[in-house]
Amino acid sequence: MNSKDTIAAIATAAGSSGIGIIRISGDEAFSVGEKIFKRAGKKSKDEKNLPGDMEEEPRKVCYGYIYDGEELIDEVLVIVMKGPYSYTAQDTVEIDCHGGVLVMKRILETAIRNGARPAEPGEFSKRAFLNGRIDLSQAEAVMDLISAQNEYALKSSARQLRGSVLRKVKELREKLLYEAAFIESALDDPEHVSLEGYPGELEKRLRPVIGEIENLVRSSGNGKVMKEGVRTVIIGKPNAGKSSLLNVLVGEERAIVTDIAGTTRDILEEHIQLEDISLNVVDTAGIRDAKDAVEKIGVSRAMSAAEEADLIIYVVDASVPLDENDRNIMKLIRGRKAVVLLNKTDLAIVVTPGELEEITGYPVICISAKEETGIGELERKVKSMFYEGVIDFNNQIYITNIRHKTALTESLKSLKMVMESIRSGLPEDFYTIDLMAAYEQLGRIIGESVEEDLVNEIFGRFCMGK
Amino acid sequence: MPYLEEYYDVAVVGAGHAGCEAALACARLGLETVMFTVSVDSIALMPCNPNIGGSSKGHLVKELDALGGEMGKNIDKTFIQSKMLNESKGPAVHSLRAQADKQDYTREMRRTLENTDHLTIRQAEVSEILTEEGKITGVRTFSGAVYRAKAVVLATGTYLNARCIYGDVSNATGPNGLQAATHLTDSLKANGVEMFRFKTGTPARVDRRSIDFSRMEEQFGDKRVVPFSFSTDPETVQKDQVSCWLTYTNEKTHEIIRANLDRSPLFSGAIEGTGPRYCPSIEDKVVKFPDKDRHQVFIEPEGLYTNEMYLAGMSSSLPEDVQHAMYKTVAGLENVKIVRNAYAIEYDCVNSRQLKPTLEFKNIEGLFSGGQFNGSSGYEEAAVQGFMAGVNAAMKILGREPYVLDRSQAYIGVLIDDLVTKENHEPYRMMTSRAEYRLLLRQDNADLRLRAIGYEIGLVSPEDYERTLKKERDIKAEVDRLEHTNVGANEKVQNFLKAHGSTELKTGATMAELLRRPELDYFMLGEIDEKRPALPADTAEQVNINIKYQGYIRRQEQQVAQFKKLESKKLSPDLDYNTVNSLRKEAAQKLNLYKPASIGQASRISGVSPADISMLLVHLEQTRQRGKGQ
Repeated sequence: MNSKDTIAAIATAAGSSGIGIIRISGDEAFSVGEKIFKRAGKKSKDEKNLPGDMEEEPRKVCYGYIYDGEELIDEVLVIVMKGPYSYTAQDTVEIDCHGGVLVMKRILETAIRNGARPAEPGEFSKRAFLNGRIDLSQAEAVMDLISAQNEYALKSSARQLRGSVLRKVKELREKLLYEAAFIESALDDPEHVSLEGYPGELEKRLRPVIGEIENLVRSSGNGKVMKEGVRTVIIGKPNAGKSSLLNVLVGEERAIVTDIAGTTRDILEEHIQLEDISLNVVDTAGIRDAKDAVEKIGVSRAMSAAEEADLIIYVVDASVPLDENDRNIMKLIRGRKAVVLLNKTDLAIVVTPGELEEITGYPVICISAKEETGIGELERKVKSMFYEGVIDFNNQIYITNIRHKTALTESLKSLKMVMESIRSGLPEDFYTIDLMAAYEQLGRIIGESVEEDLVNEIFGRFCMGK
Repeated sequence: MPYLEEYYDVAVVGAGHAGCEAALACARLGLETVMFTVSVDSIALMPCNPNIGGSSKGHLVKELDALGGEMGKNIDKTFIQSKMLNESKGPAVHSLRAQADKQDYTREMRRTLENTDHLTIRQAEVSEILTEEGKITGVRTFSGAVYRAKAVVLATGTYLNARCIYGDVSNATGPNGLQAATHLTDSLKANGVEMFRFKTGTPARVDRRSIDFSRMEEQFGDKRVVPFSFSTDPETVQKDQVSCWLTYTNEKTHEIIRANLDRSPLFSGAIEGTGPRYCPSIEDKVVKFPDKDRHQVFIEPEGLYTNEMYLAGMSSSLPEDVQHAMYKTVAGLENVKIVRNAYAIEYDCVNSRQLKPTLEFKNIEGLFSGGQFNGSSGYEEAAVQGFMAGVNAAMKILGREPYVLDRSQAYIGVLIDDLVTKENHEPYRMMTSRAEYRLLLRQDNADLRLRAIGYEIGLVSPEDYERTLKKERDIKAEVDRLEHTNVGANEKVQNFLKAHGSTELKTGATMAELLRRPELDYFMLGEIDEKRPALPADTAEQVNINIKYQGYIRRQEQQVAQFKKLESKKLSPDLDYNTVNSLRKEAAQKLNLYKPASIGQASRISGVSPADISMLLVHLEQTRQRGKGQ
């Protein structure tokens, strides 16, 4: 519980300011810092990069550069804090760098290669709590936060890994479990389950599994994470102008339009880049009291997409009166992060912005998707919500993915050991050790493994890297 | 006032494999112990198979021996054939199995019991447990005599309300026609104990003279016998052994079975108890594996004193005439004469969820239980539970800490944890696959794992313990030596490598590096290892395994380290899970039912999710922090 190994994470929201902070904490924090930081104006090679004597003054600031080996990554300020004089009450190094996402990611990865491990979500706070830096009432607040989300505490980490990746990981796990179970049953019932020729079979079956995990690792490394973005859902009753809005947004931002696999005509997902903010915008079927079966499916998908969204854009048709369907949508967005748009303001309007603002309780932006007016104001609004920290989900997705990447890499390692065991002609019962290790690692990605230190998982519901 | 009243520290109900170990453990720890049996002649009876050990069960016996139990010593004295199973597989699944001379086995155990101080044997049926305010105070026999005791260990095996069945014949007896115990169940139920009804079965015994062995494969014992007990001198177990024989069922056998399934009490519904999936009757196998055209049948002697042979693999509860017909279809059994029919037996046992990991009842202080009464099957499973129940009963009386082995320490730990944690709806059989960390839990290192605990309990002598410590030192010294012994690429070495199909050396290597090559082992390397000290066979074996499989052992040790983190977080039996913030209702209900001893145990309860475990961890941390603040 009082783990002291050294963890690192990005402590600021991606893209939220010109400065980003990478935090490293734990027994080896200073030695990790020493390896990747070069103090400016250092006179000789033997001189230390980080300040040596911390007893007098437990917190110090240095100026210099972060290097990944020989390669200069960024010019930075480093704040060195001797435990217990830090947030976690452990030795801590904070690197203030230029806030670009790629720079922060590079620095974090360099720290990890030099002895830190990726922090679990909320792990800094967990340490602060365990070391008495956060008091009980704060811990209680964390608990309340958790309890509000408990219903999908499990689903939550899975939720970040959308669709195809989640399915893929599950499928791979099932395959591994099958093999392990087969070996076990042969050990228990050799009379009826034969392992003859099995090692060769297993080798053949594991090869594609390894290939798929390698693909997943690659895709998490090449910036795909950054594309995941803020889950944004456009909802409204039929014909409110949702699709035209999406087209305008996509067209204006010249984003790459992709049809995400598995979506049907009733839900269309687009990727939009507003400067450095990524949005994944989902256009939904119009929400109304559906009668026929096909439409019902579309509507229920729209509802569940809205439930999972980080940001909801609610489009109201100004040219027709508000009705039962609008009231249903308002119920749905109550208490959520949402923007209300009054569309078709180029026509004769029967719904006024003031009226709408009063009913929904949200500020209303007037637009015309057709005339493309008001779009700029919408973008400014979304950006300001992002910068003010109302929505800051990019960060969470990013960090989580480093965690996932580690789990994938570990499972890959284990499977390669299975291959090695097969090639060395070891008896089959040796395979299960590494097969199960790979299975457990993959389980961490989708929240189906009981982890060694589960308080991590809890504090993971709370702010990341903080 | 009862007409007879006696006072003991511990009363053990039952004298089977569990009862014997429980009684011996308590008496040897100096506690006045009384052991009840419905028949003194049936002490340590082997009413089913005539062997001890076997896959994963052999592990249990060796572990029990390392802790100071009796079973290993007893079988070493009375075996008539011994074999290390699965030798072609990895060391984790090697398992020792010995054929026993059944009569010798029970006689020898009885002799040991009768000559143990502080141990009293009583032939009587215990009909009642006596309690006061949720605490055990003793037992009452059917005749009305009262035996006061500070702790009671129930080890009633398959005797409670037992019923033996084949076809439509049903006898209200225990195994082998022995008297059943028909009163205790009611007393337990009256004390709030929830009971299950389980079933198991046994094959026919046949006359050796009626078997044509020429149609079967002879199965020999090992040339060099490894004893079960770490205290047994290996030289004393090298003796003449008898053979077993292997034959097979065939399509004809299966046809007869299929044609008569409707007459089986299992399928007709005459048997209500649940049977063991992993020790199936021949009719179960025929139904379960319709594609198999044959099943193994091992013919095993019941002892040197008798012509009776046991037909392993063909237990059944089919009617007598069907039994005759089906056995006669098996090659070599064409003219077989049945001595005793195969039968199924149904009996009452406890829902083991009601037990703590110490095998004490959660709701009745001082009442412990072990063996088939706890819903397990098999002599070995019974013995280890009896032992642990006895030890913990003794610890309680002596005011010492209880002993609970965890899943990373012993198969015994796996067995008991499974029994008290998982929903168990059929007789529980130990299996290799149940042990997650089996590479560490080998039969060959049971002494290294558990001797220290046995010594601490007080059931392992200082001499035996010192022997284990010496072995430990020898292993370490030899492993170190091999890691630091360099082998040059000289001619002798190259020739040796060539001869064993191993790549020749380009530069030097250490002896340990060579040992890790798949095609080589410690014993072969003796040829080029001139400074090798003379080591006992079991020590040399440890050196070989430790170096050869080092990588795997390390990885498994890492898995254990993760596991231990959750095991070490203890949960109070008084915790009301309804008060734990954010726990799902379903999980809280389950947890209140089981009252797990640790977070680790909680995580293995079905219906408790990883997210629930997270909530519990936070709750624990908060409680700890609050406690600190005060």
